[in-house]
Amino acid sequence: MMDFSTYHQGSAYDETFIDGGNPRPRCEPLVRRLQSLTLAELQRHQKAADGALWNMGITFNVYGHEAGLEKVWPFDILPRIVGGEEWPQIERGLQQRIRALNHFVQDIYNGRKICRDGVVPEELVATAKTLRPACNGMTPPEGVWCHVTGTDLVRDRDGQLYVLEDNLRCPSGVSYVLENREVMKRTFPQVFNGMRVTPVEDYPEKLLDTLLHTAPRNSDAPTVALLTPGVYNSAYFEHSFLAQQMGIELVEGRDLVITGGYVHMRTTTGLRRIDVLYRRIDDDFLDPRCFREDSMLGVPGLMECYLAGRITLANAPGTGIADDKAIYAYVPQIIRYYLNEDAILPNVPTFVCSDPAQCQHVITNMHELVVKPTNESGGYGILMGPQASAEERARYCDQIRANPRNYIAQPMLTLSTVPTMVDDHLEARHVDLRPFVLYGKDIYVLPGGLTRVALRKGSMIVNSSQGGGSKDTWVLMDHAAQNGDPPSLSQSQSLFATT
Amino acid sequence: MLSRVAESVFWMNRYLERADNVARFIDVNENLTLDLQGTLTEQWAPLVYTTGDHELFFARYGESSREKVMHFLTFDPENSNSILMCVQRARDNARAIRDIISSAMWEQINRFYLMMRDAARSTSVESIRHTVEQVKLHSHLIQGVTETTMSHGEAWHFGRMGQLLERADKTSRILDVKYYILLPDSRDVGTPLDVVQWSALLKSASALEMYRKRKGRMLPSNVAEFLILDIDFPRSLRFCLVRSEQSLHQITGTPPGSFNDRAEQHLGRLRSSMDYTSIDDIIQQGLHEFIDSFQSELNRAGDAIHTVFFALPPQPSMNGQQQSMA
Repeated sequence: MMDFSTYHQGSAYDETFIDGGNPRPRCEPLVRRLQSLTLAELQRHQKAADGALWNMGITFNVYGHEAGLEKVWPFDILPRIVGGEEWPQIERGLQQRIRALNHFVQDIYNGRKICRDGVVPEELVATAKTLRPACNGMTPPEGVWCHVTGTDLVRDRDGQLYVLEDNLRCPSGVSYVLENREVMKRTFPQVFNGMRVTPVEDYPEKLLDTLLHTAPRNSDAPTVALLTPGVYNSAYFEHSFLAQQMGIELVEGRDLVITGGYVHMRTTTGLRRIDVLYRRIDDDFLDPRCFREDSMLGVPGLMECYLAGRITLANAPGTGIADDKAIYAYVPQIIRYYLNEDAILPNVPTFVCSDPAQCQHVITNMHELVVKPTNESGGYGILMGPQASAEERARYCDQIRANPRNYIAQPMLTLSTVPTMVDDHLEARHVDLRPFVLYGKDIYVLPGGLTRVALRKGSMIVNSSQGGGSKDTWVLMDHAAQNGDPPSLSQSQSLFATT
Repeated sequence: MLSRVAESVFWMNRYLERADNVARFIDVNENLTLDLQGTLTEQWAPLVYTTGDHELFFARYGESSREKVMHFLTFDPENSNSILMCVQRARDNARAIRDIISSAMWEQINRFYLMMRDAARSTSVESIRHTVEQVKLHSHLIQGVTETTMSHGEAWHFGRMGQLLERADKTSRILDVKYYILLPDSRDVGTPLDVVQWSALLKSASALEMYRKRKGRMLPSNVAEFLILDIDFPRSLRFCLVRSEQSLHQITGTPPGSFNDRAEQHLGRLRSSMDYTSIDDIIQQGLHEFIDSFQSELNRAGDAIHTVFFALPPQPSMNGQQQSMA
């Protein structure tokens, strides 16, 4: 039988155990079930899960090796639990944040009142690489800019959750949330069954609602399509998965053509108009006439149609301004400015190097800070101060002095851990959490999100491209619901009544 | 549906059908060889003629032997028509249209590919035999899953066209090659050896039992008639053409017996030539000549389908990017 007393936690906050194998209250039922299994059984389930992922073809592509090399999605069968009592606050916090950021993007392209009022420095906005002057004066259909957001949350040593960053361009990973759940149910039903895990399977329905709701006003039966760069993109699996789950066309740039001012797709029966494009291509590649001329992925003339209000793009071009890491530092002020509320979810304390005083602080204290470029993702260009050599830090200082706008710094956090299968035993591995937020008629937060786990011992790098894995994330239904009445049987039976 | 998607369904099914046929060829030849031990030298070269890749084969392998042919047809990555490569390309196509096929189909095709990839690690004749069994099984599974989980709408009809045109092509090749190998020596006619060989030909097209029910005795002209003109047997040329023409008209909505585009015209003409010909006419014309012209007509029909549905002419406002699909 599984014995957790030997589980070695380290100094991080462990999501499952308090210490010495004593589970946190929210994890007690799970741990009790796991205790009834042997390690060999756990390993067998892990194997079955790996096999299921292969057979289901749940993969991601890796760049920089063999072209189009597919790797199976690494999945650990021990779930990560988010307590039902904690979730509502996370949910409210994310809704508040996304609402404020949407106001912010709208304001940035329509007058920049927030800059004139001195809350966010104009200079920071004007110099952001992700600013899209083409969008000036634009208001997207229904006023929605950030239809889909993936916000990264991390928990520090003291148990406090922080927002690490917002991804408002083309956040990916939600398909793995759904497939992780599917694999979990397929391969580990005896542990999953009866745990009262909040379902996530309605995400595609909610996403479709969001896209339909934000269609241009003049179409009553909108056609929605998902624009992918193609099978070699690292997130291609997700693109085809979402298109399939929503029942919409998965299109590539070469399938699209603009005639009469509208975007059409080339079908076997001629051209068919598209009203909403859920694009999973970055702004830069959307339209060679407007952005990068060398892009082969997008559609020439797309931006002109968009700006004329003839098609909805989700997310709207230009939202990237709100996930610039220097702008991120101002999100608490942004929330206060537009909503007159305090931020429910705290930011990680952040020093913005474009501010001379803060820059000096960063340079003096670099040995205990993490320094990041403001406009990179996927963990590129980051300096881990405490682990870097004196020379590396000196070189990095020069880079900062040369272009302070391009850097921010944060204290080192110790990401929380979750027990994870490693060969023939369990070890603590660091995790983060990426919940997904949809902005349509209202703001919906997918319960849970993607838990990414750093599979290398001690590592805090969770990106799948750099050896990260994932876990099923369980938001347990809260106690109130647990103690409430079970769903009425007669009601569900009536569906099958033969009258 | 998207032209690109229609093309992918079409080719996904063609490659799956091709893989299945190649496996059948190997299987039957292997059995035939076992039956005929001592009475006939092993005949493996005809197999590479059947698939039409004899030039590549002899350039790469020099001479035919059981091991060489088996490997060439099953796993050779340089042979774009080897089972492995067919399955890989079927999967590539399936992956590109994963959103429009059912997940059950995708999973089955993916499993098929993974099976082949694993099997390719061991290339002994024994393991090839096992692989060939697996290929037929997987192929049936995919057809079953497709039949029962995919709406029989436009995409399905494109898939069925691809499958049946490929099948018609393969059946015609079996006939073409085998007929001439089996026919030459009149002294053998009616001997046990002769019956075994004609049975083998029918087995290559999985047609033996159905032939017996329909025609009874084993006569070369009857075999040819059955494989070319039978209206009910699912691997006969005529059956394949009738059903693929039906699918074509389902797609376009053009009433049967008329045509609106080159694809309907070509396929319709080819189908009706089957309706109004007899095996005597064919034999008089020469079986090989008949099959030769059948295959070029079939290719023309395939080209017309490509032009009408997959390669829409570029719009005036389009630049080079969109034309890359042509």
